[in-house]
Amino acid sequence: MDITPTDSALPPPSRGSVTRIGDRVFSGLARGSGIFLLVVMASIAVFLTIRATHAISQDHANFFTSFEWDANATPPVFGIGVLIYGTIVSSVIAMALAVPIAVGIALFISHYAPRRLATPLAYVVDLLAAIPSIIYGLWGAIYLVPHLKGLNLWLDEYLGWTGVFDKTDPEGAARSLFTVGILLAIMILPIITNVSREVFRQVPKMHEEAALALGATRWEVIRMSVLPFARSGIISASMLGLGRALGETMAVATVLSASPVLSAKLLDPVGGTFAQNIAAKFGEASPFGRDALIASGLVLFVITLLVNGAARLIIARRKEYSGANA
Amino acid sequence: MAKRIDVSGLSAYYSNHKAIDDISMTVEPRSVTAFIGPSGCGKSTFLRTLNRMHEVTPGGRVEGKVMLDDENLYASGVDPVAVRRTVGMVFQRPNPFPTMSIFDNVAAGLKLNGMRRKSELENVVEKSLKGANLWNEVKDRLNKPGSGLSGGQQQRLCIARAIAVEPQVLLMDEPCSALDPISTLAIEDLIGELKARFTIVIVTHNMQQAARVSDRTAFFNLSAIGQPGKLIELDDTERIFSNPSVQATEDYISGRFG
Repeated sequence: MDITPTDSALPPPSRGSVTRIGDRVFSGLARGSGIFLLVVMASIAVFLTIRATHAISQDHANFFTSFEWDANATPPVFGIGVLIYGTIVSSVIAMALAVPIAVGIALFISHYAPRRLATPLAYVVDLLAAIPSIIYGLWGAIYLVPHLKGLNLWLDEYLGWTGVFDKTDPEGAARSLFTVGILLAIMILPIITNVSREVFRQVPKMHEEAALALGATRWEVIRMSVLPFARSGIISASMLGLGRALGETMAVATVLSASPVLSAKLLDPVGGTFAQNIAAKFGEASPFGRDALIASGLVLFVITLLVNGAARLIIARRKEYSGANA
Repeated sequence: MAKRIDVSGLSAYYSNHKAIDDISMTVEPRSVTAFIGPSGCGKSTFLRTLNRMHEVTPGGRVEGKVMLDDENLYASGVDPVAVRRTVGMVFQRPNPFPTMSIFDNVAAGLKLNGMRRKSELENVVEKSLKGANLWNEVKDRLNKPGSGLSGGQQQRLCIARAIAVEPQVLLMDEPCSALDPISTLAIEDLIGELKARFTIVIVTHNMQQAARVSDRTAFFNLSAIGQPGKLIELDDTERIFSNPSVQATEDYISGRFG
């Protein structure tokens, strides 16, 4: 049987060729953008790896375990022991403080607050995200550090026995990893809050009504329907926050009193993070010193990738039970 | 385990919009009452006033009285959460908790009521799944997620979840409208069995279904779009479908209306 153009669902060929050009342009653009992204990623990775291997091969100290960072010296000695520790510890403190508070704020906005309170509150949280990190740094150094003295003394006195909150010099300034963690917590609060809030809003009405109809209180509805549905979203939100905390530079560099000492005492003003170390040393680094800093940057890059990968694994393992397939 | 529902002068609003106007009716214990009527006539809204779910909708509010035997559900001091524990509900789309296993879905209401002992829970879960004619299909995979079941099985799971807490009344809001004919038949058979234990109210768009499952049928209508829905008549199902006393009912069930 002959198929005339009008029988076909597609437009007739004369106009079809026009659409096809548009189609081709668009698919070319889309493909090009995708390839461009991969090229950018790959070139960053290659750049980091080449410069880093060059630097590490000339390192006269163990790159992973030594504390000192003196890449301009001859022979150069530098290691990331302190930086790895400081970056992870400050980020863990930030996450431990920020995630529960952010989830709480998000739940309050999405499920508890009356609308006329929820909207301005959500707006204020958005504003927090708009503050540049150097402002956080200045505020942290000038306001937060002196005002944390009381908290530090209290922790030293009542929780000092844990070792973690024991302060070598109780009167000393609080330019410590602990303070950095608190500051980072405030900085990552908005992103975790906003993403969680959006996820909480997307919980299907019918899941919440299922719990309500069984005679669940508001908190029980949240526990039975909202949180399980939102779990993978909360994890993603936390990872976004963690990414920011791991890489935060200016605020940490402004607040932390950095020194190449690895201490389990979180309140002591010592330590450093990858980003802070790069920012502090980059200006006066020799070309080789820059490569050394790039090597530390590569480690930060890998840590971030691992963290994201782990988060994806957690999400994927719970997929069967997630709300997505309901 | 089943109670009489006695509604008098009940109106429900969405903010300033009156959705149903001045409804009074009695639902006998251990019977099935079907609500039929055109879309927007307020039958689902009315159903949701019977377990105080209407007020969950922002702006939703209710005037009038709903007596469950001799207790007014809308008396001041009555906790809506407690009402919903005695008046169970099954929804239009099956809504098992997607993150819970089949077992936990059925046990969810029991746990809310404070039942913690594993053996006790196992007993009631088995009894409820049997009561919902689902036990044989799921007994080997109680720990699998409920969202892995077919639509009809999910709906029976929701019924098992609702009857596990031994409610006084079971409300069903178009429970078969998302299901295929075989699953629908399974649910209808189940309703026939459940009415021995519960007072059942079912909203349906399917008049054959109303005729098949219910003892009494209530016809709701609205005079125009935007006007509140009203109860036109409530009578024995047989009478409604053979010889209704109001002309509008006859027009509706004979399809002359539209």
